[in-house]
Formats: sequence, structure tokens, C-alpha cells
Amino acid sequence: MTDISNAGTESHPSPKAPKRSFLTQLEIDTRLLGMIGAFVLVCLVFNVLTDGRFLTPRNIFNLTIQTVSVAIMATGMVFVIVTRHIDLSVGAMLATCSAAMAMTQTDILPRLLGLGLGHPLTPWIAIAVGLIVGIVIGAFQGWLVGFLTIPAFIVTLGGLLIWRNVAWYMTDGQTIGPLDETFRKFGGINGTLGETWSWIVGLVAVLLALWALWSARRNKISHGFPVKPVWAEALVGLVIAMGILGFVAILNAYEVPTARLIREFKARGEIMPDGYTAAYGIPYSVLLLIGIAIAMTVMAKRTRLGRYIFATGGNPDAAELSGINTRLLTVKVFALMGALVALSAVVASARLTNHSNDIGTLDELRVIAAAVIGGTALAGGIGTIHGAILGALIMQSLQSGMAMVGVDAPLQNIVVGAVLVLAVWIDIVYRRRTGGK
Amino acid sequence: MTPLVELKNISLSFGGVRAVDNVSLDLHAGEVVGLLGHNGAGKSTLIKILAGAYQMDEGEIWIEGKKVNIQSPRDARRHNIETIYQTLALADNLDAPSNLFLGRELTNRFGLVDDAQMEAETRKIMARLNPNFKKISEPVSALSGGQRQSVAIARAVYFNAKILIMDEPTAALGVHESKMVADLIKELKAQGLGIFLISHDTREMLELCDRVSVMKNGTMIGTEKVGDVTEDDILSMIIMGKARDAA
Repeated sequence: MTDISNAGTESHPSPKAPKRSFLTQLEIDTRLLGMIGAFVLVCLVFNVLTDGRFLTPRNIFNLTIQTVSVAIMATGMVFVIVTRHIDLSVGAMLATCSAAMAMTQTDILPRLLGLGLGHPLTPWIAIAVGLIVGIVIGAFQGWLVGFLTIPAFIVTLGGLLIWRNVAWYMTDGQTIGPLDETFRKFGGINGTLGETWSWIVGLVAVLLALWALWSARRNKISHGFPVKPVWAEALVGLVIAMGILGFVAILNAYEVPTARLIREFKARGEIMPDGYTAAYGIPYSVLLLIGIAIAMTVMAKRTRLGRYIFATGGNPDAAELSGINTRLLTVKVFALMGALVALSAVVASARLTNHSNDIGTLDELRVIAAAVIGGTALAGGIGTIHGAILGALIMQSLQSGMAMVGVDAPLQNIVVGAVLVLAVWIDIVYRRRTGGK
Repeated sequence: MTPLVELKNISLSFGGVRAVDNVSLDLHAGEVVGLLGHNGAGKSTLIKILAGAYQMDEGEIWIEGKKVNIQSPRDARRHNIETIYQTLALADNLDAPSNLFLGRELTNRFGLVDDAQMEAETRKIMARLNPNFKKISEPVSALSGGQRQSVAIARAVYFNAKILIMDEPTAALGVHESKMVADLIKELKAQGLGIFLISHDTREMLELCDRVSVMKNGTMIGTEKVGDVTEDDILSMIIMGKARDAA
């Protein structure tokens, strides 16, 4: 009899609504909040340990440009891991893409078309070549995984050896450089928006974010769904706006060294006026990362492709029975990863101003670690783009912070490894507590 | 009257095993046909051929008097065939609306998935099927067996299925929830759907079905109107593999 009475109470929950806490009213992901908390903590600790050198505009600027390459690839790795695969070959693919782009600029284009370094078409043709190489390699690996059903671990482990050495073979192991000047602008410090444009971009971003919040709310109201209280909505909007403008303000606070300004004026045949200053502002590479992050987030949440990626990760059989072509989906996911690797290769080689034989070495591990620290579950079906980027930022902060404090290189890697394991353990505990979401 | 579905001389082998061996079966609108048999008798394989999950080696499928070619689940859906699987083909990490519309998402004018619209539609259909269903925007892993089953059934109902395949729809459910599914089957039947029902529960089958077909080792033993047979007749068909007339 007890069974029956229990079943009765279960199907009719008590009408008293649970009291809503501050955080649930804001409808903020507590997991995201925890990660931001961890990131802030890391920054504050290093700031104390370095006597305030960690949180200077200069270091924050450097931190962001160092994060971009791994973060771009981590957004693609989220989709790969969500569909229950893995890509161990991204670092090696990055080298092949980078080699192809460097050779296009310095050798193939000048020889075949007579377009030298500095020609306005050179960087764009090189980037197109890199993208094609990345997409073709990615799609091929995806085909091996999806259609020939070879495990992704094996395909990309082979890929790790193959593409690293294809790059070596192509370049005879030589460093290729210098790269095209416009191309190098994607590397970070050599290409920034400057103060005025940074503010304009920041303001446009704030307006877009507020518009997105408002239209989401309007859409909910039009369907008669519950919405958060206005104060909560306003608070979220305010925090986002302050975050964006604060970030722009910090990047704008990093001023170009006077010696460099004098050199630039000299190159143009002018003399620098006394007291002239200029700020770096937002680097193009960071702008590229932000664009990719938005595109990937929209893809994950609002397109059929994204929905199918997550459905396939959650239950491949169900996806198949719902008429989703999961094999072709695998090819698409790996091809997308390849495209992102190519863009990452642009940033990485531009930052170095040349292609070196060891470019991207061990990047596969950094990328996977960033995605996993960012909450992507290796069992599939779960992961966010912003989480992966935050994961990349946390890893880079740890690495740079320890380097600034003067921790020995081996100890740095030991700490990063331990943090990876710790982060996954915390995630498991968190998921268990919140009901296996 | 032309049958809604005619399966004619269907065969399918896996390796050397003939999982379905020259089986024919038909289904009329407003009729429930039950498939009975031991595990491995070929029931699930047969209906998976109709659902597009497997491709037959030989045989023909006719729907409303026309021969059709079903190569994939997508083809089956195009012929208004919906399937509710034993294993509840749901993606656990997605919420109910995403599962209901999986493979057929509603999109807005930019081609983006319209979650709000899908949620509104889900609320509408759930209000009809299972008024207790409240966890619309939680992953379906957080739902009970019955709630998950109602998501699967809602999928079939929402898209105006004409032919419904239910593979052990009550296997994972409690008494109360099983009754809910049984009531729903009666309602859908009254609306003129043709339903193939697979179950191990002979008594339940005799109550819900108009006709029952018994399979054994991939072959069709026989099809009987439920009014003409007793539970014991059916059991002997399942166990002995002999048609009733021969017994």
C-alpha cells in the first residue's frame, strides 16, 4: 500500500511554489559563475604575488592575445567532444595550415602569379589556401571517422604524426618568414583598432547585447512564458555593458611605447608632436575570436546543425532514428574544426611573424584541456562555447602568471596538469549535486 | 477497403540468420494490430523495416494502395509513419521541445531554430496528452519514465501520424502510466490511426488489439482476430509455433 500512496504524492507535487533565490531569479548559470569566480581568483592571487604586475593593462593585453589561438580551436573542439569524438591532430594540422600559408605568401604566389609580399591580395589568398587545407584535412578525417567508422582517437592520433611531419616535409624544417605585413596584423600587437574604433566597437557591442536581451524577453512575453523580473533583466544588462566597456577601457589604457611611436612617425617622414600618445585598443585577433565565438554560439543554440550536434552527442541512436544523417554530421563537425584550426594558424603564425617548424606543438592538449575545463563532458552531449573560451583564458592565466612569478618550467606544467584533473573532478561533483544535468 | 499498410513477403538476413523470413502483414485505418513472440522472434526487426531503421533484402511495402520505397527514417516520416521505440529514442541532454521536434525543428524567418515557438507548441500538445507535465525546459533525463514516454508519444501525435508503431510502449512504465498509454491508444484508434503494437503482455494485447499476429524464429505463425482466440491459444502459438487450425 505504501507504494501506491508514494506514487500518488509524487505525481501531485505540493502546490506551494519553492522560494526563488536571488540567483534563480537572475536565471544565471551557476556553473558559469563558478568558472568566472575561479578565473577572478587566479588573477587576484597572481596580482598579489607579482606586486600588482599581473593586472596591468599591458599584461591583460598580452594575456588576451596569447589566449586567442587556443581559444579559437577550443570552440571547435567543443563540437567534436560533444559528438563523442576527439581531435588529437589540431596542433599538427595547425602546423600544416601555417606551412601552407607561409609558402603561399613567400614562394608560390611570387613565383606563379608574381604577387610579392605586400601585394594587397597576398594575405587573403594565403588565408583562403589555409582554410581550404584545414577544411579538406578535417573533412577527410571526419569521413574516416563517420563513414569508415574508425575511432576518432585513432584517426587523429595518426593525424597528429602525419600532419606534423607533412608540415616538416613541405618546408624542409625551415623557418619561413617574414610573412606579409597585412597578414601579420592578425597576430595581436601588430594589428589593433586604436582608441576611437575600439570605443565604437565596444558601444556597438553593448547596443547589440541589450537588443538581444530585449528581443528575447519580448519573444517570451509574446508566447506568454514567464519572464524574469525587470530589475533582474536590467541588472544582467548592466553587468554585460560594464563588462564590455571595462574590457575596452583596459585595452585602451595600454599605450604604445613612445620609442615605437617616434619610429612610426619617422617612417612616414613626419616628426612626432610633443606629448603625443596613442593606445593599442582591441587587437584584430581578439575581434576575430569574438566574431567566431558569437558565430559558434549561434550555431550551437539556434541552428539545426547545432541542435543535431547536441542531439547526436546525447543519444546517437535517437538522432539516427529521428532522420539525422549522423555520418555526414561527423564530417561537418571535423571540417569545421579544420577551418577553425586554419584561422588559429593565421593568428599563431602572424604572432610569431613567421612559420616555424614547431608551431602548434602540444596545442591539441591545451585545446582539449580548455574545452574540458570549460565544462565540455567527454561523454558527449554537453558543452558551451563561452565555457571553452573561459577555460582557455584560465589555462593561459595560470601559465603566464606562474612564468611572471618565476615558477620553474617543469613546475608550471605540473600545476597545469593537476588543475585539469581537479577541474574535471569539481565538474563531476557539481553535476552530481545538481541532478546530473 | 484498401489496407493502410501492406507488408508483402518481407525478408531480411543478418549474416547467416534470417531475422525476418517471408513475412506478410496488413493494417487498416482505425485498427490496432499486435505483434507477439519471443525475444528474437523478429517482431522488432519487422517494424524497424517499416520505420526505415533497417532496409529489407526482399519484399514490398504498400501504403494506401501504392508501393513505396522506405530507405531511411526520413522516408518513413514522409509517409506519416511515426515510431515509438522500446528504448525511447530521446536525446537525454535536450529538453522536451527539442526532442519533440528533433529532425523537424520549427525555424523563424532567418532560418534559425525558433525555441519559443516550439516550446509553445509543446505546451499545447502536452496539455492534451499529459496535463501533469510541467518540466518543459529541463533535459529529459530529469523526467520520469511516464513523462519521457509522453514526449515520445507527443512526437507521433503532433506530426499527424497515420501509421503508428509502438515497440513495447509500456515496458518501462508503472501501472498508472501504463493505463494512460492504453487510453491514448484507444483514443488514437478512434481518430482513425492504424497502430502496430508490440508487447510481451498477452492480456494487455488482447484488450487493446483488434488482431494479433504471432511470430517465431523470423516467420509468421498466424494472425487472429482477438474475438476468436483465448489467451491460451495465443500462448500455444507463441510457444509451440503452430497456427491455431493445426493445433
